[in-house]
Amino acid sequence: MNSKTDSNKTVIVIGNGMVGHKFIDTMIARGEHLSWNVVTFCEEPRLAYDRVYLSSFFAGKTAEDLSLLPRPTFYAENGITVHLGSKVVSIDKAAKTVTSSTGEVLSYDKLVLATGSFPFVPPVTGRDATGCFVYRTIEDLVAMQRHATTSKVGVVIGGGLLGLECASALKNMGLETHVVEFASRLMTVQVDDGGGAILKRKIESMGVKVHLNRNTSEIVKTADGRIDKMTFIDPVTQKPAGELKTDMIVFSAGIRPRDELGKQAGLAMGERGGINVDDHCVTSDADILAIGECALYKNRIYGLVAPGYHMATVAVDTITKKPEPLTFTGFDMSTKLKLMGVDVGSFGDAMGATPGCHIASFTDSNAEVYRKLVLSADRKQLLGGVLIGDTSAYGSLHQFMLNRVALPANPEDLILPARSGAKPTGLGVECLPDSATICSCHNVTKGTICSAIDTRELREVSDIKSCTKAGTGCGSCVSLVKDLLKDTLKKKGITVVNHLCEHFAHSRQELASLVRLGKLKTFDALLAKHGTGEGCEICKPTVGSIMASTWNEHILETKHAPLQDTNDRFLANMQRDGTYSVVPRVPGGEITADQLICLGTVAKKYNLYSKITGGQRVDLFGARVEQLPLIWEELLKVGFESGHAYGKALRTVKSCVGSTWCRYGVQDSVGFAIKVENRYKGLRSPHKLKGGVSGCARECAEAQSKDFGIIATENGYNLYVCGNGGMKPQHAQLLAADLTEAACLTLIDRFLMFYIRTADRLERTATWFNKLDGGIDYLKDVVIADKLGICAELDSEMAQIVATYQDEWRTAVETPEKRRQFRAFINSSDQDPTIVMIEERGQIRPAFFEEKAPNIDRLMEV
Amino acid sequence: MITSPSPTLTWHTVCTVGDITPNTGAAALIGKRQIAVIRVVDRAGGEKFYGLSNWCPFAQAMVISRGIVGSKGDIPKIASPIYKQSFDLKSGQCLDDPSVSIPTYQTRVADGFIQIAL
Repeated sequence: MNSKTDSNKTVIVIGNGMVGHKFIDTMIARGEHLSWNVVTFCEEPRLAYDRVYLSSFFAGKTAEDLSLLPRPTFYAENGITVHLGSKVVSIDKAAKTVTSSTGEVLSYDKLVLATGSFPFVPPVTGRDATGCFVYRTIEDLVAMQRHATTSKVGVVIGGGLLGLECASALKNMGLETHVVEFASRLMTVQVDDGGGAILKRKIESMGVKVHLNRNTSEIVKTADGRIDKMTFIDPVTQKPAGELKTDMIVFSAGIRPRDELGKQAGLAMGERGGINVDDHCVTSDADILAIGECALYKNRIYGLVAPGYHMATVAVDTITKKPEPLTFTGFDMSTKLKLMGVDVGSFGDAMGATPGCHIASFTDSNAEVYRKLVLSADRKQLLGGVLIGDTSAYGSLHQFMLNRVALPANPEDLILPARSGAKPTGLGVECLPDSATICSCHNVTKGTICSAIDTRELREVSDIKSCTKAGTGCGSCVSLVKDLLKDTLKKKGITVVNHLCEHFAHSRQELASLVRLGKLKTFDALLAKHGTGEGCEICKPTVGSIMASTWNEHILETKHAPLQDTNDRFLANMQRDGTYSVVPRVPGGEITADQLICLGTVAKKYNLYSKITGGQRVDLFGARVEQLPLIWEELLKVGFESGHAYGKALRTVKSCVGSTWCRYGVQDSVGFAIKVENRYKGLRSPHKLKGGVSGCARECAEAQSKDFGIIATENGYNLYVCGNGGMKPQHAQLLAADLTEAACLTLIDRFLMFYIRTADRLERTATWFNKLDGGIDYLKDVVIADKLGICAELDSEMAQIVATYQDEWRTAVETPEKRRQFRAFINSSDQDPTIVMIEERGQIRPAFFEEKAPNIDRLMEV
Repeated sequence: MITSPSPTLTWHTVCTVGDITPNTGAAALIGKRQIAVIRVVDRAGGEKFYGLSNWCPFAQAMVISRGIVGSKGDIPKIASPIYKQSFDLKSGQCLDDPSVSIPTYQTRVADGFIQIAL
């Protein structure tokens, strides 16, 4: 435990937002919490959480997911004193004490103000109407969500970055969404008129209505105090400019610093608010520091998280008297982000305000792309730029600007689309100096990343992230990190190979396309054309699975049977003693009395151990290989089909009981689950697949832990993908909302086929997803927007799989040459005497070897 | 090709060649002995038969015949279906653990019948 003494000095941190937390986290990381008493006040009911990803709360992330603490007990473990739900009401800088809202008086040696900001609500009449919100805390989001259930139309006042993020949230909640902006374009701070026009077009094409040049003059209330409508005036002419009926308004018209404590304490303040700080984040009182959005540096508030984090580190250096301390001397406010699926990047002097600068711009209204560069007077250096619709060049352009890299002769080529056949113009990461900061959130340089790749032999971006923290903040530098990795490995002469095994110098993804495009139908044909040797237990099952998901022939055909892994080979799950377990399909978990009776009868007749599975089915254990066809003959009679519990294939689609019985259900989840399970049954994939359908938001089918999960809404179904239970639980991500059954199936078709085409061997959808560049937005681009132009292929591939389904077990039982493979001995009808069962809790279990050992000589001879 | 076993051994007929799917195995019971009989057809079309103990010493179960047949370099092998250790089809040597090997048995084909020497 911590060895704290009363002689320790005390630092009080007021505010536990992202920046306040960063300060404490840095103190702990440096071990300073052992020599300081660290005390923090957190006004909100929960400790620091990630406000940057606030909108992901609507996509299913919980408050716990957003927490910045590695575990809830993190502060307690490190001896940090927390005053949760409490705030400081006054500071006495002479006595060096603070007084809390509960009347407690605490002394400090150093005081850090990290009180953040509050959303500015313009003084419009009617702004107190029921249905008016701000967008800042999790509590705000919960209140918005509640109100949205009884709303049809939602308006965001303010078309800045946060406003558009908020509009996206309203849209996802199913509201008709409007954005009202005072200025003549969206994102006035980051984007110029040319970019603004493309941005508006793109956002309107997503179904959000944008109203520019509108000043809200009044919010008109109904008799019961709810919003009825809002009226506008034109900010230039001051004449009335129409009105808009709405149920909900969210103010996102900028932020104001929470500086009231500074004022009360008599600290030096900016004219329009904000607590003045110097290069060391110290206020006009030497023992009081201010960091984040409440601090004013050279008359500027820095309203992003990266400069806030930097200030927090500066503040730690300052109070711990670190030799050669970091300083805060302003911050590069460049940003790259995705708003409602639109890529937006803005860096440096985006507006071209530098005297004598040149502008080069490129607009493609068809592809909805806009790019602009601001060049120095001699056109040798990049001063800034704007990118809309495609920000793939952001990382390198931004670095050229920061590092004053000399530009090529025709710098405009950097933003022109590449002609086919032409080598891409541009400067690679190799042009950057080692001192170039690649990740500004965590202040990681190119040199640090390259030496980590070198000395720690890193081969994956994910390794670089965990080793150096680069790319784990806002994520905008990830593509640059990837380029650095490629470049560094290339220089070292290392090629990263993803060969399946010694027999194929190809990845699973490559083999899948070789099979598909080469129309190869057997392992032998593939091996002859693309492999060496005779195959093995790695490549054979992999190719068997690819063959099955491409051509869908029976897996026990003579040419396919030798490829099948242990369980697939006998269409049952081999247990430790060589016996098998049998799991018939129970689509959606719906089962008849006759089927239940049949399961019982079979279990009794063959003396099988019975267990209920996690996937709403029954597992019967202890069947000998030769019993399998006999057991299945009986199961087939009552309508059971293979459950593919033995395959890397679709397992179950779990359902709750839904609207047919449940008081809360809003859709028939069982009916839909049965439909979904029957559609995909028999589909083979790189790993097992599980689905779920919940009849309402209570989510009793746990759909968000499945590879694909469907949650019923009043208006249809929300589709989540790439969740996982098991060893590394992961919540599924929202792919699309309020779908019809047909639209939902189309998206699942494409998602599954895309996964089957591209995943590695034995890679679950969650792991595959974590490796996808661009995450859920990329997946949406592929399966909804059809950016790769493959949706028609994916659709027809799935249609062909669905159309060629056969019950594997029925075919196996009814085809003599398949059936005769299920035998204990090729030359005898005896049973394997080494299989010995022992009774336990009224059922059987296989004997352990020690239990058989005394008699083993009677059973076998080796 | 007819070879004669050592004087103390006898040839036991277990099945026809066609009873075993190419590149898979089957178990034969001779007395109390269980033998995995493997039929290998290599990519050049050459056919070979191997006999080895059906007992997997790692799984302690009679399962070797149900493994996947393949190669490691030039060595023909079978991977046990439970924990996937590979065994050299010719020598019974475990390719993942030099301290482990399993018994092998001579095989031959006579008049389309597979025979094992025991």
